[in-house]
Amino acid sequence: MDRTKVLAMLTVLGLALVPVAAWAFDEPFWIDLFARVAIFAIAALSLDLILGFAGLVSFGHAIYMGLGAYTVGILSYHGITAGLVHFPAAIVVSALAALMIGAISLRTSGVFFIMITLAFGQMGYFLAISINAYGGDDGLSINRQSDFGSLLRLDDLHVFYYLVIVILAALLWLGFRLVNSRFGLLLQAIRFNERRMNALGFPTFRYKLAAFVISGAVCGLAGALLANLTLFVSPSLMHWFRSGELLVMVIAGGMATLVGPVLGAIIYLMLEHVLAGLTVHWPAVLGAILLLIVLFGKQGLAGILLARKKVKEAKPHG
Amino acid sequence: MTAPLLAVTDLQSGYGDSQVLFGVTLQVHQGEVVSLLGRNGMGKTTTISTIMGIVRARAGEVAIAGETVTALPTFRIAHRGIGLVPEGRQIFPNLTVSENLIAMAANRTGRPQPWTLPRVLDLFPALNARLHSPGSLLSGGEQQMLAIGRALMTNPKLLILDEATEGLAPLIREDIWRVLERLRAAGQSIIVVDKNIDALTRIATRHYILEKGRIVWTGTSAELRGNPDLQHRYIGV
Repeated sequence: MDRTKVLAMLTVLGLALVPVAAWAFDEPFWIDLFARVAIFAIAALSLDLILGFAGLVSFGHAIYMGLGAYTVGILSYHGITAGLVHFPAAIVVSALAALMIGAISLRTSGVFFIMITLAFGQMGYFLAISINAYGGDDGLSINRQSDFGSLLRLDDLHVFYYLVIVILAALLWLGFRLVNSRFGLLLQAIRFNERRMNALGFPTFRYKLAAFVISGAVCGLAGALLANLTLFVSPSLMHWFRSGELLVMVIAGGMATLVGPVLGAIIYLMLEHVLAGLTVHWPAVLGAILLLIVLFGKQGLAGILLARKKVKEAKPHG
Repeated sequence: MTAPLLAVTDLQSGYGDSQVLFGVTLQVHQGEVVSLLGRNGMGKTTTISTIMGIVRARAGEVAIAGETVTALPTFRIAHRGIGLVPEGRQIFPNLTVSENLIAMAANRTGRPQPWTLPRVLDLFPALNARLHSPGSLLSGGEQQMLAIGRALMTNPKLLILDEATEGLAPLIREDIWRVLERLRAAGQSIIVVDKNIDALTRIATRHYILEKGRIVWTGTSAELRGNPDLQHRYIGV
């Protein structure tokens, strides 16, 4: 089996064992912490699809997370608590936003694409601040988790945790299928030479837009899960700093590996948690550690873990 | 009378303030192999790029099987059945040989026997052993074979090869010419941009010579072979 897939399986297995470790070490807080880690891993995974495989540096990706979370918050505020409404609605709202944002921003490239996605992200942030009906700057509290009846009690942290892990595992599996499908191969070819792909008859804009929408929808799902974990949504979810964090998770974890963003989310949020308990200057220490990871592993943390002696390739002839 | 497969009429184009083509006119008929000759910088690649819509035409017309495609986006022109093997090969180095071929497969022209991976490997047996190697690890010759195979996988009505043998070892060049002969025998229409007069006069039926963005001569292989002065003046042979 592919080493990347093995690493992904081991990572998910490790995350699945967290509640056992939390029980053994009597640290119930770990479940809450790692639920957050796994949710951010889903968001980072969604970003890797467009950043790692299509070469699209979206600097406003947190908007979809915010939209997913706000969809759950606003529906709950209006008395709609059904999970079967919350989650599909969060995915659809995020996907539609990604369709709209992608349809405009994908007409540009390079630094202009980065700036446009950043601008859209900040528009979402300021829009959330300005809507006082839903808490404005103070955010919006949610009374209770999405209701799936007795089938799935999300107010039970263990149940919720394993739901997040199952979703993460399913998305990793789907991600591997997607990037190895014809669609995924075409995306990777577009990343390398878009003009060539056009000359081969492929409407590259449509492929990139499709990837952008899938990515936004998955990030919206992460937002819906986060709203269920924290029972609170606020504009800060959409702030550019949050988008920057997602980028750091993907780059430090290892772009275009799928498992890399999961490792990136683990290392980033764990370091943040541990370092914040040690020093008030933790962002500087965190930055230095992430810098070392990127410097010594071209493919981030996944690259370091997957590194092996290079097998001497047969010398090309001709 | 049926329209030519490709008809380029009075084509003008260029880059920024610089005009490169000053009214290029050429035709390719079904099953025909045509060469485009000229020294470096005379506009051969610009002609190909303008036909493909990569460089926009400033005037003139490009028609494929009678349909004007001048204003269409590049991918739609390719959809009409043009397969370009670009100068410098431009294979996707991050994909393996099989991925480079399979991902591009498309029978846009409704060919009854479309190109498949086994058919391309039959044409280029050297690629068999490299099927799972990333494109970046291929030799120049293998990359060129892959670039041709990749274009064939789109089942083009017209295959355009821009400097297909440039920088290749003589033996590999001969392989490429042999493949083009096989394709011609199978009825594939081809435009070849190259400088190898011997091979081109063997493979192509008609030739166009481009000088400073204008077609200055057109004729058959026999006429080109029999005119060393023409070869010397315009192609530098």
